[in-house]
Amino acid sequence: MKKTISITLNGERRSIDVSPSDILLDVLREKLGIKSPKIGCERGDCGVCTILYDGKTVRSCLILAIEADGHEITTVEGLGRDGLTPLQHAFVDRNAFQCGFCASGMVLAATELLRHNSHPDKKEIQEAISGNLCRCTGYEPIIEAVREVSRKAGKRS
Amino acid sequence: MSELKHVGQPSVRIDGLDKVSGAAVYVDDMDFGPNLLHAEIIESPFAHARIKNIDTAEAEKIPGVVKVVTGDDFPYRFGLYMQDRWIFARDRVRFVGEQVAAVIARDAQTAKLAAKLVHVEYEELPYVLDLEGALKEKATLVHPDLEKYNHCAWFFPQAGTNIAHWRKTRKGDMEKGFKEADTILEDTYTVPRYAHCAIEPHVIVGLYDLSGRLTLWSASQSPYTQRHVFAEALAPLGLKHKDVRVVTPYVGGGFGGKAGVSMEILGAALAMMVKGHPVKVRWSRAQEFYNTYQRQGVIARIKLGVKKDGTITAIEHTLHWDAGGYVEYGANVVNAVGLSATGPYRVPNVKIDSVCVYTNLPPGGPYRGFGYSEFMFGLESHMNRIAKMIGMDPVEFRRKNAICGGDTLPYGAEMNPSGLVEAIDKVAREIDWGKKEVSKDPNKAIGKGFACFWKAPAMPPNAASAAFIKFNEDGSLNLTVSGMEIGQGFLTVMAQVAAEVLTVPVEHIRVELPDTDRNAYEWQTVGSHVTWGCGNAVKAAALDAKAKIFDTVHRALGFAVADLYLEKETIKCRTKPDFAMALKDMVISGIQTKRGNFIGGPILGSGMFMPEFTSATGDPETSQGGHPNVHYTVGASAVKVEIDRKTGKIHVLKAVLAADVGKAINPDLVKGQVTGGVVQGLATALYEDIRYDHKGKLLNPNFTDYKIPTALDIPDEIVPIIVEVAQPDGPFGARGVGEHTMIPAAPVIANAIEDALGIRIKSMPLTAEKIALELNHIPYDDVKGHYIGLCFLGKPEAYEFKTSPGKQKKAKS
Repeated sequence: MKKTISITLNGERRSIDVSPSDILLDVLREKLGIKSPKIGCERGDCGVCTILYDGKTVRSCLILAIEADGHEITTVEGLGRDGLTPLQHAFVDRNAFQCGFCASGMVLAATELLRHNSHPDKKEIQEAISGNLCRCTGYEPIIEAVREVSRKAGKRS
Repeated sequence: MSELKHVGQPSVRIDGLDKVSGAAVYVDDMDFGPNLLHAEIIESPFAHARIKNIDTAEAEKIPGVVKVVTGDDFPYRFGLYMQDRWIFARDRVRFVGEQVAAVIARDAQTAKLAAKLVHVEYEELPYVLDLEGALKEKATLVHPDLEKYNHCAWFFPQAGTNIAHWRKTRKGDMEKGFKEADTILEDTYTVPRYAHCAIEPHVIVGLYDLSGRLTLWSASQSPYTQRHVFAEALAPLGLKHKDVRVVTPYVGGGFGGKAGVSMEILGAALAMMVKGHPVKVRWSRAQEFYNTYQRQGVIARIKLGVKKDGTITAIEHTLHWDAGGYVEYGANVVNAVGLSATGPYRVPNVKIDSVCVYTNLPPGGPYRGFGYSEFMFGLESHMNRIAKMIGMDPVEFRRKNAICGGDTLPYGAEMNPSGLVEAIDKVAREIDWGKKEVSKDPNKAIGKGFACFWKAPAMPPNAASAAFIKFNEDGSLNLTVSGMEIGQGFLTVMAQVAAEVLTVPVEHIRVELPDTDRNAYEWQTVGSHVTWGCGNAVKAAALDAKAKIFDTVHRALGFAVADLYLEKETIKCRTKPDFAMALKDMVISGIQTKRGNFIGGPILGSGMFMPEFTSATGDPETSQGGHPNVHYTVGASAVKVEIDRKTGKIHVLKAVLAADVGKAINPDLVKGQVTGGVVQGLATALYEDIRYDHKGKLLNPNFTDYKIPTALDIPDEIVPIIVEVAQPDGPFGARGVGEHTMIPAAPVIANAIEDALGIRIKSMPLTAEKIALELNHIPYDDVKGHYIGLCFLGKPEAYEFKTSPGKQKKAKS
């Protein structure tokens, strides 16, 4: 019943045997050692399992591992391979996390936004991260961190 | 006093890189290898039933099942303040979802499958879900053996009833107080249950290794308290405290839900049954809702007397709490409120009855605010209403009665220094109090609401903190404490305290997460007390290390200790301007003398702190005579809201909150507590809404049906204000603030609704539905055929605050 799938995980080709019923989140965490996507609700409500799937944010608790065959997956572990991104730096500078459990998913959601829209307004930022729940920060510092990156990007161009 | 260099600075969090890079490890991220076992819990489907038989045979036959355990394997009681729980239900179950048995298997799927094959035979018993039912004559008793339970000395359970604890506070002369009043307002308020919703579910991994050591990796706010409760409960199995180790890596939010011991007892107990194998118990989101702690529901009657000039003359505050099936922690929430339900006001005549009632709902317990969020909704609504009745501005009314340092507290002790008036004034200014605003949209109304708050840590009088400091070869240092980084920034704040004393910058300090094998003791990270309590211990440890450094210099070089001081990681001497010795040159290897030998050695510092002035010895009938609370943190808050007159939907335009933190050791982190707490509080006020069916089953244990705020649901603007009236016994004058920021949210909204629309809603949450119905004069039916989160089924004003007489039990000495 096992099937071998191949994915590009954080820039590296990986092959892994999975069962048809295996959830991508569990395979990432248990079989591939990628722990930044967390288990929060297992039904797509909270967003802590967010990954970039071919560049788009996806809840890895809602897709089967077998569906990921041939696709590209990026997690926070891969995002900062060559040093933290400006967004990650802004998260640290702005206290855009507290307990940190939502931080990985939040960073990915905001990363996706900034790739498509380098100068989002407040509402656009709120929309983009509204699928990622944070119980600690009240979101304001997260929004501020994204805006800071946006402002700095503006200066450079 | 010299100028502070590190304390008071907005230092960057020392856990930042860990958390944004994905490096931070939480319990569920740890690898335990292929030997790891998984547990699945068999739960009660009934609110109240006798367990007649448990048949595990079929489940045990499933390949991959290692062990099936039931309550018979663990005839041990546990509990933090009252030992009213078995590890697994034994004689009877007391709420839907209670643990009855567990299957331990090689993998989670097998455990889940086999759990369905454990057959439990129940005999259903009558159950009580509401307070009226629980308190009536001949009520079904949730705990018929109440009188046999061990409990802390300051609880007063009433045997033969469902009253687990009754805190009475009496001060002054009530008759005289109400006689002096020109206006008296009496009314009832209700607050339903709420859920913490930390994003990380509870999880624990236990390993009882082949040598007989029990190690737990636990997502917890309370490593040492957990170790103590585990060791005590499992002592019959031969465990000593030294044999039990609790390790707490990063934890994904707590809010009180991960305080004490709830589901974690299962990890400890199950590990004992599978020696040599680590076993994991991870809660699902649903279990997170119904089998950890919930914030307790309460119905409160307030009778308040005031003079024409606005002076409060008397308050009678009666609170009946729906505490659920077990109150081992929740009864202390009730206790805390019983001592403080006057709010932050000078009230000469006080009668408080805070009654903790068992029901067949999930266990109540601590949640950010520890009872104060609950009672402040009614109290601060009431304050607004009575001010209006005497024609006084509600802010002016609060200002007039605001408690000050030196005033007498409800239980007779003296109030600590308080910046309440300053907080009131700053908030009023920031929200433009008194300036009526009109919405551009004629369908919308703008209103402003104001409220004060206070809260003291609720701790046993001997709750202690300790700290160790260990220098490294390069002059950097490791600080170990067992306060928990639950997101608030605790590690950074402790580093700042040590930095200030030792002149070592924060970035040269590593503060380690708790491990009871090597970190110094901390009672629990609760009550917003660790900045204060653990901060004092860290300061003491740093001073101890500093004394050892100076002693070494004195012995090696002969300089007088009194002449030595530290500056930028360097030892200096007032009488020898040319002398400068870097800490790194002596903290490990000592100092070489003229004879060539070395004096000194690795510098270690240790510090401890206990609030030695507190006691819980107040008279059970009046609470007078003890000093149960260390201090109160006070403050004020206000909102400006815009309400749609048709739909009742509230949009918060601005929220302001000022807290007197004594000294903000890290102002940015204080602001973070304000922003987060305000949003969390507003959600309880506006839409979080827990619902049970009429058989006690929780209907919405998930984020689809129990709405917590998203990034789209925040106020347009949140303004944190820091007030600093020093706490004399705090580290650099600091006192705690974590919980307080959530407390005033509900009354500020209720008061703003009245300001905008002239309607008063007395039952939380203050939903759009309630507002719209009220505006259309349609009675709100909260029940709609189903039992819900409210602890009383009828109209609140119809609730009679009666308690049936039980056998009175004398306080234990």
